Amino acid sequence: METVITITFAILLLALVLTFIRLIIGPTLPDRVVALELIPSILVSIIGVYAINHNTSSFIDVSIVVALIAFLAAIGFARFLERGGPRDD
Amino acid sequence: MINVIISIFMLSSALFVLLAAVGILRLPDLLTRMHASTKAGALGIMLMMVAVALHFMSLTVLAKAIAIILFIFMTAPVAAHAIGRAGYFVGVPVWAKTVKDELFDNYDADTHRLRSGLETEEELKKMPQTGKPRIRLNTKK
Repeated sequence: METVITITFAILLLALVLTFIRLIIGPTLPDRVVALELIPSILVSIIGVYAINHNTSSFIDVSIVVALIAFLAAIGFARFLERGGPRDD
Repeated sequence: MINVIISIFMLSSALFVLLAAVGILRLPDLLTRMHASTKAGALGIMLMMVAVALHFMSLTVLAKAIAIILFIFMTAPVAAHAIGRAGYFVGVPVWAKTVKDELFDNYDADTHRLRSGLETEEELKKMPQTGKPRIRLNTKK
């Protein structure tokens, strides 16, 4: 079980790094927003593994909040993009 | 026995999330990247929450896990739709090999009116024959 948890953490961290590369290089702002939306998804998975690892079910509440904030951030960014405003891609 | 099942769920969840990350890094344009991140990411979260619910084996955690799964499955398409729409309207270029862009001919970006081009009888008669699809390749400034 310990080995599986370590491997899962490693894979999820690799995914986080790949998403972060897209967040940095992403040519336009919507590309960055898509990467920014995937990062909380990875974070929810990491919190799930962490809760299993530490045998503490309270961490699941944190992932609920992270998912909620990610959705609101994505909608907010979409509104901001559509309404226009100063952008620096 | 239960540990084996939890391990399978955790590893497959991590692999799906990794697939989403690889897709977001490797795919050519905004819409395809969104396609990868939304579906594979949501499936990864779902598998991870199933693993968590199996590990704790309590009704409270099960309810929370189901709540997260339902929330992600409801909000991921909405967020992707909003970002894709905004990305199209601000003029993000699409991939050069895109097969079809229905909005290119029919959508007026200034007035935000969507026309089919077939509103009157005359337009219906001279319906365009099948030609090369037109897509937008340059960023509109």
